[in-house]
Amino acid sequence: MVPTTYYIVLSAILFGLGVLAFLFKRNIITIFMSIELMLNAVNLAFVAFSQASGKLDGQLFVLFVIIVAAAEAAVGLGIVILIARNRQTLNVERVDLLKL
Amino acid sequence: MTAELLVFFLLAALSVAGAVSLIFQKHPIHSALSLIVVMVALAGLYLLMGAEFVAAVQIIVYGGAIMVLFVFVIMLLNAGLEEHTSESKLAGFPGILLALALMGFVATTLARSAGSFVSSATDGGKIVANLSSTRQLSTMIFKDFVYPFELTSFLILIAILGAIVLAQRES
Repeated sequence: MVPTTYYIVLSAILFGLGVLAFLFKRNIITIFMSIELMLNAVNLAFVAFSQASGKLDGQLFVLFVIIVAAAEAAVGLGIVILIARNRQTLNVERVDLLKL
Repeated sequence: MTAELLVFFLLAALSVAGAVSLIFQKHPIHSALSLIVVMVALAGLYLLMGAEFVAAVQIIVYGGAIMVLFVFVIMLLNAGLEEHTSESKLAGFPGILLALALMGFVATTLARSAGSFVSSATDGGKIVANLSSTRQLSTMIFKDFVYPFELTSFLILIAILGAIVLAQRES
């Protein structure tokens, strides 16, 4: 059996890479995808802890996270389409209405 | 090294490579395909942990539905190569350092708690391994967590309405 620690470390690495992608990417769709990557990393930690504790609560929580992620993707991509239509760009640097 | 450990390292390397490729690809469609690689590798890891229902849902919902939605929007908006403006220098070198620090902090904290988790787990792990976890999971969803489960259908309904309202063209 693979130790739980390995899964946790992998989950942390994936989460960190998601944060990096969030910071460095300039395309709004790619930034949105890095959020999905972070959600996936958290799901991996949930399933690993569920396996370690021998209870299924973690797996159930992953299902709810996936449902919420699907809803989030639908609304978020609607917002992306709206931004692209109103500003003719997907670059987040150009979406600066609230910038001082 | 057992076969299980070998499969784990294979899938872990695949997922990390996909995540790194997500960062370095310049075209959003390539980033989306890298993310699909990550998700399929994670589904394999779920299978390795004996969570076969979560693995199936991961492939169907994440790899199938959500990523298809992403690719669909990328093609709909005809998103081209990422243009790099030099306006934000702040997210450069310090950003890498801070992200690495976050990675290490999360890993050490969680790994320390994982150690106590493993020691506190008694024969519960065997119960999961013996019974079909999908059956137990469905019992939990439709018995103990039936109200949260029904609430998620309202959430999805509201999300659909929100997406339609956001994306419709004003006449």
